[in-house]
Amino acid sequence: MDFTQVFNADLWASFFQDWDQFAQGFLFSLLISIGALLTALFLGVIFGAMSTTKSKVLRFLSRVYVEFYQNTPLLVQFVIIYYGLPLISNFVLMPSIYWTAVICVGLYHGAYIAEVIRTGIEAVPVGQTEAALSQGFTYIETMRLIILPQAIRTILPPMANQVVNLIKNTSTVAIIGGVDIMFMTKHWSAVHSNYIPPFLTAAILYFILCFPLATFARRWEAKNKEAY
Amino acid sequence: MIKDILEVLSPTNLTFLLNGLGLTLYLSAIIIVLSTVLGTILAVMRNGKNAPLRWMASIYIEFVRNVPNLLWIFTIFLVFQLKSTQAGLTAFTVFTSAALAEIIRGGLNSIDTGQTEAGLSQGFTQFQILIYIILPQAIRKMLPSIISQFVTVIKDTSLLYSVIALQELFGASQILMGRNFETTAVFTLYVVIALVYFAINFAISSFSRYLAKSWASSME
Repeated sequence: MDFTQVFNADLWASFFQDWDQFAQGFLFSLLISIGALLTALFLGVIFGAMSTTKSKVLRFLSRVYVEFYQNTPLLVQFVIIYYGLPLISNFVLMPSIYWTAVICVGLYHGAYIAEVIRTGIEAVPVGQTEAALSQGFTYIETMRLIILPQAIRTILPPMANQVVNLIKNTSTVAIIGGVDIMFMTKHWSAVHSNYIPPFLTAAILYFILCFPLATFARRWEAKNKEAY
Repeated sequence: MIKDILEVLSPTNLTFLLNGLGLTLYLSAIIIVLSTVLGTILAVMRNGKNAPLRWMASIYIEFVRNVPNLLWIFTIFLVFQLKSTQAGLTAFTVFTSAALAEIIRGGLNSIDTGQTEAGLSQGFTQFQILIYIILPQAIRKMLPSIISQFVTVIKDTSLLYSVIALQELFGASQILMGRNFETTAVFTLYVVIALVYFAINFAISSFSRYLAKSWASSME
């Protein structure tokens, strides 16, 4: 590979001619990220809360969900939903590529976010819950007024890291043929034998999305450490 | 239906999957060892006093870990044009070493600076302090995150089949599905590989939780 290509204006010009397609790919990545993030937050809050209740059944269910999704590859879940679901439902359930990505990435990161929320809640001493309950607060009130406002500071940094991982993992959709920025990059570059401009641009686009969040997580974590 | 399931789980097919699993574990093991070594070096560089080294490590870590692993696999394969096993190992080591460097750095920084000062005052060199005082304590704090990164490596090697056609566990299952495409056969294979990945990774993460627990009780 000739790396002087970085400075070859013709290659860049030919890349920018098809910029529309790349912009659309990037938009697709963004839309998957947003859909998946909403799904993951919803599932994460529900299962995270379930894992801190007294009910053994709820705790067990939440454990099963978290362990299953944290320990199997995202790609396997993608192919099961995208290729397997239509097969087993006799082609009744055929999620589009977009919904496959939202469901799979959402379920996968929901498991991680549930763990983040559980750890955050458990970091607040049990004595506080007991004190609140003894004063007549309900479980919901205890959570909302006493536990969550304290838990949020331990939750935020790993949560930001999970959002970064979620954005990065949406690229898995490229493997089943979803036309996101990753797919555009590898497809376009192979067709035009022009690699450096698209790859560099894709990397920079992902970097712009992820770096601020990752930096926020790192700074906030350092600040939290000093607070105690 | 039972007959179909047994047919796809024939000894030949199972051996084929087992070979795939072998490759998955072989690749993961090498990636984990290389990345841990490189990650530690990068973490120490980024924490060090030497400005150029610190900057190099920071730029590498931040740029690499804020871009998807899949993009690195494509980059190594298409742009740098490495092939097969080498390409897989290189791409994963590039990405995982950056991810591990941040985890390791977090662990090192969690140890109070008073300990380094105490070590220096007793005549230890910086290197000795790192090896004998900081690392043994830091490893306990960072172990859960390191292990979950190892689990991520095992899971993500499944990306290698689609990009560079390495026949690891996921790849092996896809090849078998090409030959056995009836619904029952395909689903049996999906269940089998999901369970195999789950069994391995669950064992690893359970072990790390057990270690973390026993260390936590021994420290109090």
